[in-house]
Amino acid sequence: MEETKKQTILDKVWDFFTSVTLAVVLFALIAGTSMVGTILEQNAEPEKNINILVKIFRIGHETAHSVYSILEKLGFMDMYSSWWFTTLLFLFAANLIICSIDRLPRILKLIKEPVKPLTDEQFNNIGKKGLLLKGKPEKVKDSVGAVVKRSGFNFSETKEARGYQLHSEKGNYTRLGIFVAHFSILLILIGAIIGIFFGFKGYVEVPEGESRTFAFKRTAPLTSTEETDMQPILKTLQKTEGNASETAKHMGIDEKILRKKMNRYGILPLGFSIRCDDFSVEFYGRSNMPKDYKSWLTVIKGGKSVPGFERQKIEVNDPLIYDGITFYQSNYGLVPGAQGLFLLKLTSKTGVSETKQLHLGDRFVIPETGMEATLADFSPALSFKPGGTPFTSDKQMTNPAVLIEFSGIGQTKYSGWIMKRYPETWTLPDGSTIEPMDIWGVELTGLQVRKDPGVWLVYFGCISMSIGLFIAFFMSHKKLWVKLVEEKNNTRVIFALTANKNRPGFERKIDKMIALLGRPDTKPVVTGKSGGGKR
Amino acid sequence: MSSSQLFGISTLTYILAMIIYIMYLAFRSSKIGTTATTITIIGFVSQTIAIITRWTESYSQWTMLTPESTFILSVLRSAPLRNLFESLIFFVWCLILGYLIIEFKYKNRSFGAFVTPIAGLALAFIDISAMSKEIEPLVPALQSNWLLAHVMMSFIAYATFALSFSTGLMYLILKAEKRTEPSYIFWTVTTGVFIVVLTAMGFDYLKYRVVIKNPDILIKSFLFKASFLSESSVISIISWLAASVFIFVVWRYGHILKRIIGSLSISPDMLDEITYKSIAIGFPIFTLGGLIFGAIWADQAWGVYWSWDPKETWSLITWFVYAFFLHSRLLRGWKGRKVAIVAVLGFVAVIFTYLGVNLLLSGLHSYGGLE
Repeated sequence: MEETKKQTILDKVWDFFTSVTLAVVLFALIAGTSMVGTILEQNAEPEKNINILVKIFRIGHETAHSVYSILEKLGFMDMYSSWWFTTLLFLFAANLIICSIDRLPRILKLIKEPVKPLTDEQFNNIGKKGLLLKGKPEKVKDSVGAVVKRSGFNFSETKEARGYQLHSEKGNYTRLGIFVAHFSILLILIGAIIGIFFGFKGYVEVPEGESRTFAFKRTAPLTSTEETDMQPILKTLQKTEGNASETAKHMGIDEKILRKKMNRYGILPLGFSIRCDDFSVEFYGRSNMPKDYKSWLTVIKGGKSVPGFERQKIEVNDPLIYDGITFYQSNYGLVPGAQGLFLLKLTSKTGVSETKQLHLGDRFVIPETGMEATLADFSPALSFKPGGTPFTSDKQMTNPAVLIEFSGIGQTKYSGWIMKRYPETWTLPDGSTIEPMDIWGVELTGLQVRKDPGVWLVYFGCISMSIGLFIAFFMSHKKLWVKLVEEKNNTRVIFALTANKNRPGFERKIDKMIALLGRPDTKPVVTGKSGGGKR
Repeated sequence: MSSSQLFGISTLTYILAMIIYIMYLAFRSSKIGTTATTITIIGFVSQTIAIITRWTESYSQWTMLTPESTFILSVLRSAPLRNLFESLIFFVWCLILGYLIIEFKYKNRSFGAFVTPIAGLALAFIDISAMSKEIEPLVPALQSNWLLAHVMMSFIAYATFALSFSTGLMYLILKAEKRTEPSYIFWTVTTGVFIVVLTAMGFDYLKYRVVIKNPDILIKSFLFKASFLSESSVISIISWLAASVFIFVVWRYGHILKRIIGSLSISPDMLDEITYKSIAIGFPIFTLGGLIFGAIWADQAWGVYWSWDPKETWSLITWFVYAFFLHSRLLRGWKGRKVAIVAVLGFVAVIFTYLGVNLLLSGLHSYGGLE
């Protein structure tokens, strides 16, 4: 009609975003595409997803290839960060917020408007419970009021023709709970966006005893030219403690170009140096299942270790935060070709012991025996083939062992493996023992490195969402009306109530109030033994 | 008695309870009803004892492997919520507890015949899928209180969703009038497919149980290989035919079930109310425990609170479905059949989030590259 014609574009946009159809369409699109995204493996090598397509649709490899390239062009292989999925999420957020704002005035009115006395007709519709009390409404009013107040309801009163009406409400603000919950979703999304634009996610491996000034983020595979080009940048970054502008100066290139290159190669400069002082992994019993793994890290800035960040222990579920960057213990491994440092405790059969730090190939003497020995070989995970040939069976330090070659004077040489896990291998034929106490410098720690300035907003949003949902689902807006009507010089007290949730609970509360006031008039109430019928 | 014996007793008791509840539906004698409730309570008590026993067993294993850990830490780390088997047991425990509360609150036993089968199926699934029942040491990433809270609350929420699934399905059965009606077709086909899938998995188990060593391999490599995807095209065709015929039979004779439920003293309004209330309780718990605590745990362990991995994505989809349920009901005033369908679909999403992602999608991914 007239009014609809006058709609401005803004009104139309507003209407579009408040429409339920939009909500349903967005909901279906997000859910539907998300499902597709869980079936196709995200950010995987093409072959993997082509095989998945072959498997699901039972099509030929060729067809799967073309289906794959179409899907890839549409962004399905990195779907959750594709432009259209992000757009869907934004539209969803807009829909959510505009719908909420649209309803807010009505709800605010419900909250702010003081509860009004009910008309007789309304009362007849919702009021049920009541009782008859002795005395005129003026007299009874105070004691009824006291009981209502004691139950936590502050009331106002209205004088009516044949008595009074007390009206009260509680929990009107609980109606805002659902808005808190909805706006929390917006907070979480904003937090996530801050994280995407101003933060990073990376990974770096630091061998024991070494330090790193950068981490790597995921990128498209590098060409060999790019690999070669990357090396001097990494070297210079190591010297400048991960300072990009210093690095650019040292290398004599423009900082912008350097940053562009670093972005391509996935280099994330930290702006300080992180050193792995030690790494250790424990296993459950003699199994290969890790029980706990931890690293000791030191932050180095300006060539010195930062006080409070020296030899800090991190483990899974317990990260280290420095300068807004968090280091998570995520992985571990062996340094290829590393020459470690071995700490051996040598004890003679008479109990004289001595601790030695040795490198591979070092010679040493067993105390009191004069027996000479060489640290000949090392295996991080020693195992034996059926024929007795030793080999390294694992890529983690599940069974560290050292080979010791003995050469006594005039005796034939013999050698033996000493395994850290098996104390029975520590004892030599003459009764003295060699205990491998520590092996250092052969392991590396894998650290997940993250900077996310938006995470606190995400957490805040999560907390407020929980509170909002709790209020919305478990608290209610209750209204209570108590009518006092004169009835032959006595007062009939009638309770009426509404609650937007858990009405039975509220009714039980009213029953308690009635019990406090006197007997409910399910049976006719006799007005006292002393005889109220005097008049 | 060891926990596994006690679990065995509770499983048998629940299956017995299921049969008696179904008998109660058919004969409606109050004696049978009381028996069903009593047996369910016996099952529940023995399951509770079994869970506690299991807890002490894993406590002693934990303290043996980790003597340095404090008493409270040991108690928390040995809580029986550590693998698929234990989580399913806890789910069934929550479900039965929720059911008993409803039975006493609404003084109505008829839901029993719809809730106990879910418990029975979950327990049967443990054996059919041959999942590991061992008490295994925890890998470091799983040693987290956030994870514990996350798992516990997720399964409480899943149990409430399972209740809403049963009542939603009953509502649909009661309310659907004609065979051509969408809601009638929906419930008969859903129920039919559900039973067909489980039966097919049973066949897989019977045929391949000798070969398999763990459930992952059974489902990843042999799912439906004994029936629909059989090497022999004859078996495959027969399977498809049998499945279609079965679903047709459910569709054709579904009204018998309606007549049985209709003869009981359950009002559709009551079912509708229980469906809504279960979801209204489950949704905030799922949001906090399932999504938020899960995100906090992931953030603590890996530094990523959300990474769109299939598990996370599917729990978000589940969350969306229930959010849709609540909005359509509270905002649009949808009642009855439409929301009941959403409640049923919501639980299908729950099952997929919980089992499908682990067993089907991960299989798709890890085996994708090998062939």
